Amino acid sequence: MAKVDNRIVEQSGPLKTGPMAALKEAAFAGLITFGLSIPIIAYGTRQDINNRLVLDARWDAVAWAVAIVFIGRLLVTLNAQRRAAGGGKLMRVPQSLQPVLGRLMPVLAPLAIGFLFAFPVISIVFSGWQGSTKWIDNFGVQILIYVMLGWGLNIVVGLAGLLDLGYVAFYAVGAYSYALFATKVIPATYPALGVWAFWICLPVAGILAAFWGILLGFPVLRLRGDYLAIVTLAFGEMIRLVLINWTDFSQGYAGISGIPRPSFFGIPFNANDNGFAATFGLEFTPIYRTIFLYYLILVLALLTAFVTIRLRRMPVGRAWEALREDEIACRSLGINTTTTKLTAFSLGAGFGGVAGAFFAAKQGFISPESFTFMESAVILAIVVLGGMGSLWGVAIAAVVMIGGPELMREMEFTKAIFGKDFDPTQYRMLIFGLAMVVIMIWKPRGLISTREPTAFLKQSKAVSGSHVKEGHG
Amino acid sequence: MSTKPLLKVEHLTMRFGGLVAINDLSFEVHKGDITALIGPNGAGKTTVFNCITGFYKPTEGMMTLTHADGSHYLLERMPDFRIAAQAKVARTFQNIRLFTGMTVLENLLVAQHNVLMKASGYTIMGLLGIGGYKAASAASVEKAKYWLDKTRLTDRADDPAGDLPYGDQRRLEIARAMCTEPLLLCLDEPAAGLNPRESLELNNLLRSIRKDDGVSVLLIEHDMSVVMEISDHVVVLDYGTKISDGTPSHVQNDPKVIAAYLGVEDDEVEAVEAEVGL
Ligand SMILES: Nc1ncnc2c1ncn2[C@@H]1O[C@H](COP(=O)(O)OP(=O)(O)O)[C@@H](O)[C@H]1O
Ligand SMILES: [Mg+2]
Repeated sequence: MAKVDNRIVEQSGPLKTGPMAALKEAAFAGLITFGLSIPIIAYGTRQDINNRLVLDARWDAVAWAVAIVFIGRLLVTLNAQRRAAGGGKLMRVPQSLQPVLGRLMPVLAPLAIGFLFAFPVISIVFSGWQGSTKWIDNFGVQILIYVMLGWGLNIVVGLAGLLDLGYVAFYAVGAYSYALFATKVIPATYPALGVWAFWICLPVAGILAAFWGILLGFPVLRLRGDYLAIVTLAFGEMIRLVLINWTDFSQGYAGISGIPRPSFFGIPFNANDNGFAATFGLEFTPIYRTIFLYYLILVLALLTAFVTIRLRRMPVGRAWEALREDEIACRSLGINTTTTKLTAFSLGAGFGGVAGAFFAAKQGFISPESFTFMESAVILAIVVLGGMGSLWGVAIAAVVMIGGPELMREMEFTKAIFGKDFDPTQYRMLIFGLAMVVIMIWKPRGLISTREPTAFLKQSKAVSGSHVKEGHG
Repeated sequence: MSTKPLLKVEHLTMRFGGLVAINDLSFEVHKGDITALIGPNGAGKTTVFNCITGFYKPTEGMMTLTHADGSHYLLERMPDFRIAAQAKVARTFQNIRLFTGMTVLENLLVAQHNVLMKASGYTIMGLLGIGGYKAASAASVEKAKYWLDKTRLTDRADDPAGDLPYGDQRRLEIARAMCTEPLLLCLDEPAAGLNPRESLELNNLLRSIRKDDGVSVLLIEHDMSVVMEISDHVVVLDYGTKISDGTPSHVQNDPKVIAAYLGVEDDEVEAVEAEVGL
């Protein structure tokens, strides 16, 4: 919190005290909002019955925006003044909360994992067989994919401090590896392996993605900071463009369809006599597959977390974090930084590839549109907002960032407030951006910024985020 | 000095564009010595360190490190991390470079990376729990404890390195370098910013490192009293050129050195000396 304090003080220059100064500042912010609102909010356009464009004045909305900014700024400034004067005890609470949270983690982890395993049952109990599909698929599976991707990228960005803006490339490599192997290679060579396709290809997809990680990493990892970010960004785009344009290979925009779904260890999920439902004497419904997919991605995500936790306590993991802290010091200690970076990069890529294979198997159809830069940005945002290096933070950020917009679809009550035509999902990006700004001001190092040490002599004490560096390449 | 020197620097030259930071420098570091490299600000001392430890590739010259078994390492041909890992040269930095977000203990464990990496079968065996990783891991903690004890940091072992006061950070950086098991320890202004008590403590630590751990020390220092007290051999640099080389008392009385430090011409030295009462 101290850090944030300083920033506010710095930003507003020499801090003037007194309610007059606060009022002045708030008025200024309101004025800026007013100016910005005129072109953006003040006039709405609509077509009338004759298809003519009509301007609707919306000065009431402008007034609302100005009022909200004015009052908000006033409160923020008054609060900052109070804290500068040493009064704001209230604001110190979150700081003392951090160690408490740290001590709760060991209890929370089994609880959270227990809840995740019980989630399909809970949603079936509460919304029935039909209604639960939405919860398990749209929320459970969707969020867990991003949790896994976030945890995978966390190894690269959060632990090793390498800014990778093209992570989606490895997700794509994994997805296309599985899709092409399962639809082309296996039917052409060993068709009998059909039902096992997913299980064979899952590790293959991971290994191929990791291999691409090494291939890209080798020339690129000697670059630092911004350069690495730009090259990885370009690599992400290159993979997508190749998938679009090399139609013989990937069928371009048309994508690949009819990708085999995962089997229950050899037993397919279908209505046939040898299908899952018939084998276990159940009535056929598609939800079995959804539940199975849920548990599958849950186990894959937990595997990612498990490997990360184990590796952090091993020499490689420590070297990754040391690399993020100070690369030159690492080299002075005899650590081969190139191979250390490569292991982080390729391991992260490998987990991305496995998630990609799962995605392809779940969708049954993939096309380059699923692997745009936006995906990389969302995954990176999850890692950064969650708190770089923190598995908990990344998981929470994934729930909020992926679950939030889904939840907005469900918010029927907003229609009662804002009228029938109100569609909350249209405000997705707006809220998304707002959330990012708020987190960056409130917690510039992400939701959970403290770092758990990997070894201790007497007592493990969490390291405050202000000491932890973010890496520079 | 019948044995071969531990480190032999010959005709070392380093140019940055037009600037000659080191000009044809030759000197030797003998086994078991504390060798001091001194000179005014900007003389090129840190640049010498950067050449020895591989962070800069020298424009010209040869640096040979000889181990007790007679094996040679040509430092100018080795990448920096190999110099630390194989030639066994460790260093500290003028602006302390700790892993501030990691604990003191973790800093010392990272320094033992190569040993632990091998013991864990390059992670794979350690991950599966086979092989000698567990024992190696315990041994690495023991070694860390030894150095924590020696640098009086045991009480702070579980605190983030960034939380330590300045003097402790300096000592931690030395402890970290020592955890790599070097033959030659290069310290870049280790006493800078220390109070007199800490400075005295540092001298004792360096003596003990040489005597008890058998490690030779090459040290850059500004504080002449420190240099005179603990070093066996002093090399003086000025504008990248060696102006004196010998025992502390020899160097101390060398008119060239006095001139360089006081910033006067050689022939004026006597007059100036008389003035300041030397
Ligand atoms: N990387 C570099 N690029 C250009 N000039 C450098 C570089 N490193 C050092 N120098 C120059 O070399 C000279 C010697 O610097 P340095 O070795 O740091 O001196 P000292 O450590 O003796 O105070 C200085 O003039 C410095 O500006
Ligand atoms: Mg220097």
